[in-house]
Amino acid sequence: MRISPTPLHKVGEQSLRSQKKWDVGITLLLWLAPAAFFGLFYFYPLGAIFLESWKAIGETTFNWSRVLQPLGFTIWQAVLSTVLTLLVGLPAAYLFTHFQFPLKSILRGLTSLPFILPTVVAAAAINSLYGPRGWFNLGWMTITGTNVPPIIIVNTLGAILLAHVFYNTAVVIRVTGSAWEKLDSRLPEAARMLGASSWQSFKEVTFPLLLPSILASTLLVFLFDFTSFGVILLLGGPGFSTLETEVYYQALQRLNLPMASMISLLQLISTIIIGFGYTRLNKNIQIPLMPRIRAANNNRPSSLRQKAGIALLVLGLVILFVLPISALAARSITRLEADRGQRTAVTSGLTIEYYRELFVNRRQSIFYVPPFKAGLNSIIYAAETVVISGILGMLASLALQHKNRVSRTMDALLMLPLGTSAVTLGLGYILVFNRPPLDVRSFPLFIPIAHSLVALPFVIRTIAPALASIPPLLREAAATLGASPARVWREIDWPIIGRSALVAAVFSFTISLGEFGATTFLSRPEMPTLPIAIFRFLSQPGAMNYGQAMSMATLLMLVCLAGILFMERLQIFSFDSASQDRR
Amino acid sequence: MKKQLFYLLCIGFLILSSCSPVSPIVVTQPARTLLPITQTTATQPVTVQKENVKVETLTILTHDSFSVSEEVIAAFEKQNNAKISFIKGGDAGAALNRAILSKKSPLADVMYGVDNTFLSRAESNDVFETYASTKLADISDGFKLSKDNLLSPVDYGDVCINYDKAYFTEKKLVVPQSLEALSKPEYKGLLIVENPATSSPGLAFMLATIKDFGIENYLDYWKSLRMNDVLVVNDWETAYYTHFSGSSGKGPRPMVVSYGTSPAAEVIFADPKPEEAPTASLVGSNMCFRQVEFAGILKGTTKRALAEKFIDFLLDTKFQNDIPMQMFVYPVNKNAVVPAEFKAFAQVPETPAQLDPLDIAANRETWINAWEEAVIR
Repeated sequence: MRISPTPLHKVGEQSLRSQKKWDVGITLLLWLAPAAFFGLFYFYPLGAIFLESWKAIGETTFNWSRVLQPLGFTIWQAVLSTVLTLLVGLPAAYLFTHFQFPLKSILRGLTSLPFILPTVVAAAAINSLYGPRGWFNLGWMTITGTNVPPIIIVNTLGAILLAHVFYNTAVVIRVTGSAWEKLDSRLPEAARMLGASSWQSFKEVTFPLLLPSILASTLLVFLFDFTSFGVILLLGGPGFSTLETEVYYQALQRLNLPMASMISLLQLISTIIIGFGYTRLNKNIQIPLMPRIRAANNNRPSSLRQKAGIALLVLGLVILFVLPISALAARSITRLEADRGQRTAVTSGLTIEYYRELFVNRRQSIFYVPPFKAGLNSIIYAAETVVISGILGMLASLALQHKNRVSRTMDALLMLPLGTSAVTLGLGYILVFNRPPLDVRSFPLFIPIAHSLVALPFVIRTIAPALASIPPLLREAAATLGASPARVWREIDWPIIGRSALVAAVFSFTISLGEFGATTFLSRPEMPTLPIAIFRFLSQPGAMNYGQAMSMATLLMLVCLAGILFMERLQIFSFDSASQDRR
Repeated sequence: MKKQLFYLLCIGFLILSSCSPVSPIVVTQPARTLLPITQTTATQPVTVQKENVKVETLTILTHDSFSVSEEVIAAFEKQNNAKISFIKGGDAGAALNRAILSKKSPLADVMYGVDNTFLSRAESNDVFETYASTKLADISDGFKLSKDNLLSPVDYGDVCINYDKAYFTEKKLVVPQSLEALSKPEYKGLLIVENPATSSPGLAFMLATIKDFGIENYLDYWKSLRMNDVLVVNDWETAYYTHFSGSSGKGPRPMVVSYGTSPAAEVIFADPKPEEAPTASLVGSNMCFRQVEFAGILKGTTKRALAEKFIDFLLDTKFQNDIPMQMFVYPVNKNAVVPAEFKAFAQVPETPAQLDPLDIAANRETWINAWEEAVIR
């Protein structure tokens, strides 16, 4: 099936050949901006760093065991993490799209928060629950009277998997959820009426229709796990290494650039293979279908069994997401100090001292930044990221609707930044962008640009399937009735993809707020973001520093939650307002 | 044919885009309106009209842990009619990498923060210019490790094991007096160290064990530590805040590889301030490793005269006095004053371990690889 905005009446006049040429022409035009962006801000710096490594390759010895072993483990942990994330994420997506319950949008917002937490902070949160002195272990030991902690997660694969689920479930909830929300619930209902069991109707009707979005979220989660860095380093400990940690180690600790580039290249090749595999799979499973704007089945739970099931799911999500986050927030207002003169006794109490201290430049440091300023910097960068990745992502998604070789190639190439080490790209930026106006020292848009590179695959993976799900019939009907292409876009496409655009915006926003790796390379000391400010506190000992890091992290989460809730209420993403405008 | 045309277009496009990094891309324009107001002129040279003298901007490349008081920098700026601009390039390794990568068109004029484990790496990469400051006279010769004064020592600190005093008092445990003692059964499961492959204090501690036991025996020592249930993590933050019982993280283990000044920081960054530090350092012979940090003029600077003045300034007492409270390390200048909290709560080892930077540079990889084989795999 061909989907294109070419007016119907023209189709008959053109030969198939010229029509195909026209199609490729439009595709190329749409790809122009995204491709220019990629060429300049991705391929150029990356190519430069590879070239630089190539020059030094003669004097380098390669230790292949340091490549092959990490490669195996990288794939293994990514597969395991992705499966677990889907196991948690799919029921959660079902829950959020099919039922009404109190505080639903807050809970959904909270599940997105781990995404923005710097790994150091997330590791602290996870340890405060499951760690050797975490609530669970302490609780169990108090109840049973033993002194052997039942949960051991320090430096284990379990810790890595737990953290990956903690981080990435939001991707499944959002990406699959946005498709599930639009799924016409009358289809599975019809199947049920025709005698199918609920399992059968899910297997034969719902699942095939959801498959593109499940596949998209699987791909994104897999790539995120594949290039995971902080989680492996901080929670996995020295016993585990992935390609990404190996790149960091070779590039920044051993200053062995050729080796680092070689591993980066291997990462890129893997990403391309995964990307092409995805495009091939995805080619045949997209089923255009009359979408429903509002999910028909957004019910309050009725039966007792349903209520119990929902309560159980919500409880699970609270334990997995809300508890670690609240542990952080709680820690930012708790004092755990020995009082004056009492060395051994630890007294605890509530305090807002850490928050107050954030506003004081106690040591008159030139690098001090008020929390409000760091928050503002973060929000500005995030907003710029939303705009840049939104515009480019929308163009790319439109181009992807023209299903030809150009689009399939670009589709796979656009996934590359997700599989690229922030260290390699960061070093590439330093290597090439050192003359005005594109100078890492003064050009202010490098941070949102780098964030947009990471956000773009998300934007495309959310918007493109939504666009593809629009039956061409709708557009053609509108065009036949005399609507201009712009009007077709405004009245047909946008209302249908509005919710997906919202999801894309939320993703860009959260990715930008939480990004740390590339930001450390590109940020200027006078413009730090919240994660960088958090890290400044955590890199020095002392109760005040720890408390301030926790309160800064709490502020980061509040900023993010506010941003998400604000965007969810924003009129442009909502169909209701569009229909009101028309009235 | 169309296929070829497309590929040709693509290639042509990539070449075009890579040849003209100066042309801003149109799509980024809409975001311009969101630019923060304060940043446009931050690093640009500023002309002061009334004096009619151009203010020179000196750019300093440094690592993330660098800090200094506002008024100290302001004093230099005023004195020299200059503007100081900082670039923070990640951790010490990342910052040095930036200097090496940008060798052809230097990012900055001066770099601060090459330590003795990276020293000969920095020297052999030909990124620094020789400068013998007159202020070097106030610095003891032990710190002057750089040949031909390519780099000047600015500060030093010791990586030592910190212990939780309350734990040792409560369990009536004697504090270990040597590295050797740490492998005794009474200290089983009590120590956290950082991975020398990924962490600077971790590397420093491994070097201390090499100094103490020799290259032939340090691995055996580490095997005995491993038998004694030592916990290895990748970074200082996790070691100190997640696993160490003496920190605010209240972890389970009472000994951690940290800095000699950490106990003082625990007092300074507490409110209310305790009368005694909750932690202390083990400062027996060879138990600590001394890190010395250097600064140097980057090759290719066009502001050599001002860069020299800045190096002089770094070594002079005004900046040196500022060092302890900002970075929790010690000034190298003999005439600098160390704050009272440091004298009261931070211990300085009498015989810290030190190794020749040339040895470190030559063997670093071999030592770390062997360590990984023995301790992790």
